[in-house]
Amino acid sequence: MAIVYQKSAGLTDAELHYCPGCNHGIIHKLVAESLVELGLLDGAIGVCPVGCSVFAYNYFNCDMLEAAHGRAPAVATGVKRTHPDQAVFTYQGDGDLASIGAAEIVHAAMRGEKFTTIFVNNAIYGMTGGQMAPTTLIGQRATTCQSGRTVEQAGMPIRMAEMLSTLDGCVYAERVCVTDVANVNKAKRAIKKAFEKQMAREGFTFIEVLSTCPTNWGMTPIKAIQWLKDNMIPYYPLGVIKDKAMEVK
Amino acid sequence: MGKELWKGNEAIAEAAIRAGCDCFFGYPITPQSEVPEYMSVHLPQHGGVFVQSESEIAAINMVYGAGGAGMRAMTSSSSPGISLKQEGITYLAGAEVPAVIVNCMRGGPGLGTIQPSQADYYQATRGGGNGDYRTVVLAPSNVQETVDFVQEAFDIADQYRNPVMVVCDGLIGQMMEPIEWRPVPKRDLPPKTWAANGTKNHTGRNIINSLFIAPEDCDDHNVHLAKKYAEIERSEVRWEERDCDDADIVITAYGTPARIALTALEALRAEGIKVGLFRPITLWPFPEKALHDLAGQSHVKAFLDVELSSTGQMLDDVRLAVEGRKPISYLGHAGGAMPTVEEMAACAREALKEAQ
Ligand SMILES: Cc1ncc(C[n+]2csc(CCOP(=O)(O)OP(=O)(O)O)c2C)c(N)n1
Ligand code: SF4
Ligand SMILES: [Mg+2]
Repeated sequence: MAIVYQKSAGLTDAELHYCPGCNHGIIHKLVAESLVELGLLDGAIGVCPVGCSVFAYNYFNCDMLEAAHGRAPAVATGVKRTHPDQAVFTYQGDGDLASIGAAEIVHAAMRGEKFTTIFVNNAIYGMTGGQMAPTTLIGQRATTCQSGRTVEQAGMPIRMAEMLSTLDGCVYAERVCVTDVANVNKAKRAIKKAFEKQMAREGFTFIEVLSTCPTNWGMTPIKAIQWLKDNMIPYYPLGVIKDKAMEVK
Repeated sequence: MGKELWKGNEAIAEAAIRAGCDCFFGYPITPQSEVPEYMSVHLPQHGGVFVQSESEIAAINMVYGAGGAGMRAMTSSSSPGISLKQEGITYLAGAEVPAVIVNCMRGGPGLGTIQPSQADYYQATRGGGNGDYRTVVLAPSNVQETVDFVQEAFDIADQYRNPVMVVCDGLIGQMMEPIEWRPVPKRDLPPKTWAANGTKNHTGRNIINSLFIAPEDCDDHNVHLAKKYAEIERSEVRWEERDCDDADIVITAYGTPARIALTALEALRAEGIKVGLFRPITLWPFPEKALHDLAGQSHVKAFLDVELSSTGQMLDDVRLAVEGRKPISYLGHAGGAMPTVEEMAACAREALKEAQ
């Protein structure tokens, strides 16, 4: 019998701890498949964040470092600068990357660090139980904004892909989601392209993946997918935000 | 080998390069900025990596990444910057990543002053970050010792897979002294088979991590670390004694105050007052037993602790070691003022008189 589908060799056999319907697992799969298909897995070094994906080091079948909250881009800088020929990536949530680690990601992008960041934006602090993130939408409820986020209290949500795209060192930024097969395929192409550009030493590459958190959004997985489409995509538009080689002036 | 005149901070950087430092990550702060400045020019010439980070937090995390991937990694800073590095240092300790961190101490609290200080003793020896951990802390008292210790620090860090700090008061970083590039003891170090440098470079999968979520696992990890710290306490403690054999009063001091104390010692001995100097070289592990034994000697009547700190910080360790066997006086200045020879001599005379 022909095998038509199997778990990627880029993932270990460990059982994922993510909640039912959480998108983290699909995103892991796409990163793992990309590393395998590009022949990068045995040289790959990943950096995981503090957040629900803190245990990603148990799942990616390559060497991994677990970073302090928000510091993954600095850790990856130390790794990549000393291992310039190997694929290096960070996998970070929105609290990790857009809040506590804002300085680290901005400066890694500014320097044009040649690693790839997979940014999982679920508009909430998942791991700590659903507090407001910088990406939480206006009106969206969280445990620290129980009547919904307001502009007066917390400002407008941050669009990281657009913001980092203003930096010359960031050569590729794309926003994707994994809500259906078509989008999963697009996300996979984006992730692969980012790794290809990294290995061609073009500069910093950034893939923002809109993701669900059914548990803290208080929805079924199916409803969460619909909520993402109806609310997140209008504010966080999908597509290539930037694809431009660095110009040295 | 002939003597060469070197400025402390530049000598620190050169010593690290000679010790095979692969990469340096740092952020400017007085009085240590000559370290990153020197590194930015010379480390790349030796095939190494220099990055000026966006903050001290980023610098220490770059060290974590490079060190975790098997490189000899280093950062340096001065007191307020070392405060920011504490998060990274506890992660280095928890994940057992070797690293060398230099603190060219200046006065605090807060922004304090750019003048020399020793007020980061607690932060260095107690672990300024969270959790149960220790960093080896080497405290040179001149530029020669500084270059020797910086070179050795890399071997110590690699041997124990633990961060090693070299703390010097800002004076040592800023002054020029003749030094010799003499050979330092080299250790037999195993290959870094644990490094997260890609599975093609080793068997199995390597993970650099300080997270042990299950209580038993975290307990086991802490037991393992405590055993390592006990081993370091047994093997790495260093101190120097000067004229302690017949001393009536013993001055305890490290770094620059220990040098001033030597002059005070000579002056007092010329007066007929028998003074000794006990100088801890490793602040952690502290030479507790040696000082305890010295306090038990019948000829020793009193101790005088001298530090560049208003309240006294090493003073706590001196008290713990002396265990009430003899009275301890304290002389301290903060904010860059140095204790003078006359001041030290007067305090020693006074302490001795009180004890008798
Ligand atoms: C210094 C520090 N502050 C706070 C925390 C607590 N903490 C753990 S995960 C987290 C938020 C993670 O949210 P996000 O990055 O969005 O990831 P998600 O869980 O949503 O995937 C916080 C605040 C921590 N571990 N360390
Ligand atoms: S809390 Fe949210 S982000 Fe975390 S695993 Fe569950 S669904 Fe996923
Ligand atoms: Mg999140």
